[in-house]
Amino acid sequence: MAVLEVKNISIEFGGLKAVSNFNLKLESGELVGLIGPNGAGKTTIFNMLTGVYKPTTGDIFLSNRENLTKRVNGFKPYQITQNGAARTFQNIRLFKDLSVLDNVLISLNFNVKYNSLQAILRTTAFYKEEEKLVEKAMAILKIFNIDTKANELAKNLPYGEQRKLEIARALATGPNLLLLDEPAAGMNPQETEDLMKLIRFIRDEFKLTILLIEHDMKLVMGICERIIVLDYGQMIAEGPPEEISKNPKVIKVYLGEEVEFDA
Amino acid sequence: MINLKNRAFNILTLTLVSTVIFVILLILQYFKVISEYTGLLLTLAGIYVIVSLSLNLITGFTGQLSLGHAGFMCVGAYTTAIAIIKYGMPIPIALILGGIMTALFGLAIGIPTLRLRGDYLAITTLGFGEIIRVIIVNLDSLTGGAAGLKGIPTFSNTGDFIIDAIIRFSWVYIIMILVIAVIHNLINSSQGRAIISIREDDIASTSMGVNVAYYKVYAFTLSAFIAGVGGGLYAIFFGYLNPAMFGWLNSVNFVVIVVLGGMGSITGTIIAAVVFTYLQEWLRVFADFRLVIFGLALIILMIFWPKGLMGNKELSITGFIRQLRSGEFSPRQIKTKWNEFRQKKGRKKDGRAD
Ligand SMILES: Nc1ncnc2c1ncn2[C@@H]1O[C@H](COP(=O)(O)OP(=O)(O)O)[C@@H](O)[C@H]1O
Ligand SMILES: [Mg+2]
Repeated sequence: MAVLEVKNISIEFGGLKAVSNFNLKLESGELVGLIGPNGAGKTTIFNMLTGVYKPTTGDIFLSNRENLTKRVNGFKPYQITQNGAARTFQNIRLFKDLSVLDNVLISLNFNVKYNSLQAILRTTAFYKEEEKLVEKAMAILKIFNIDTKANELAKNLPYGEQRKLEIARALATGPNLLLLDEPAAGMNPQETEDLMKLIRFIRDEFKLTILLIEHDMKLVMGICERIIVLDYGQMIAEGPPEEISKNPKVIKVYLGEEVEFDA
Repeated sequence: MINLKNRAFNILTLTLVSTVIFVILLILQYFKVISEYTGLLLTLAGIYVIVSLSLNLITGFTGQLSLGHAGFMCVGAYTTAIAIIKYGMPIPIALILGGIMTALFGLAIGIPTLRLRGDYLAITTLGFGEIIRVIIVNLDSLTGGAAGLKGIPTFSNTGDFIIDAIIRFSWVYIIMILVIAVIHNLINSSQGRAIISIREDDIASTSMGVNVAYYKVYAFTLSAFIAGVGGGLYAIFFGYLNPAMFGWLNSVNFVVIVVLGGMGSITGTIIAAVVFTYLQEWLRVFADFRLVIFGLALIILMIFWPKGLMGNKELSITGFIRQLRSGEFSPRQIKTKWNEFRQKKGRKKDGRAD
């Protein structure tokens, strides 16, 4: 069962083809890495998948948790999220001046079971639902070990925990597909390793399909079952890690970083 | 954080506190401890609080600058006045009608300006306010044109000055409390969090499933409704209307109130609106220099107090009582707090902290 099917999407920015004829099929439960040098177009692909950019050509099909498949081209980001694909941002985009808890609660907004009139009148339904929301949010924070900081402002968290909160917030939307844009950027090796374990754990725990952008080759090699390599907006290789690390085209792109392969 | 156990406590305390303040103010007015003039100012301040809070909903909480709130007030004022004078409607119905009419205007401006932000939205809403005024000047058969509308009956006419003053004050005060409750409860709910997330980062917000366009229009429309009701009260309060009462400078004044009080702080807005109303009256002796003084005061305040009086925090009575109970304000606690505060100040001075 394909969770995501991308057919021939391309996008141009003022004549520059940032991504051309990109194809991708993600099966349920897969953990796939999307790698490539800086400026290869990885984030741009995420932006097309999540409705931030509209592809110039091509189609995107997305299945939600109920296995309902929709063509999502031209959907707004919130519609894509409500249809089961959530993302994190390479440049952390938390709600900085809100509490850690509020950051996660916002992701629960579109499934909330009271309307604003009930909220204004403070009905019992409001209080009950609000308690449930907080419980749910706390449970997610606990997975990432930041539940003790629920009432702190997001901007006051240390960098590594801000990255975790980004993932927690995306997870709270109840996605089928999770798109992680360089989740370990700026972390030290120990933090990175812990994070990768955590990503595997949530994939299994929540039966997610994950597409993960990473800059650091070594890291994706360790956890992804399949890797896609992008260069100048084009897919140049695809396959299991061992194959990718031997692929001459990939080696050429990553020239000078070869050392990292044998790790 | 909201929880069921605190519910009764919160509602009870807040009802009690607002009633006590209300009764005290009534008694003070009745026994002429505060003059009739001060009573009038207090009532006017209540109207300013209502309109400023409505502006705070979009500027402070949703993060969009609107310079059209005098225009919204104007629509509400004229609708209410016409409903009362020409159609003999009772005050509550006329006020609601004023609110609904203004909400329709809010909707009509909110949807096409969705994509605009910052300066662009400010300029568009400013233009809207002026257009409203021009329309009202030219619809003389209905609005009395530039000469305005006269003879709007006041809230009551008992023949007793004090009783009339008290009834007038009660109308405004009770509606103000309702508006505070509505905005407070809305902001502290899932819908409110969605609205605030737009201010924080609209791309992240939509990516977390928040329908940004919907909530922007929602906030805009609700804000217009409340400003319209405020306008209706204003019309009845003064008893006459003319378009000059709703110039764009008034819109700027509301923005000043919201910024001074702290964007996204309800209590901050309330305090700032009351202070502003009084200042405006006291500074009347300076005539046009008033504006210069205001401008200077604003610049100075923004340099030393860039986040306004309250930032985005709230003065919380229930929170205060809870802290009292938990011994937070025992002498020892206060002493440690004071020391912490002084240390922080000291660190700020040598510019190394933060
Ligand atoms: N909004 C945009 N406008 C113009 N160019 C863009 C825009 N977004 C991305 N690009 C360009 O597309 C290319 C791919 O960028 P990106 O997807 O961010 O790369 P990366 O693989 O490092 O994530 C870069 O050349 C970038 O400058
Ligand atoms: Mg990138």
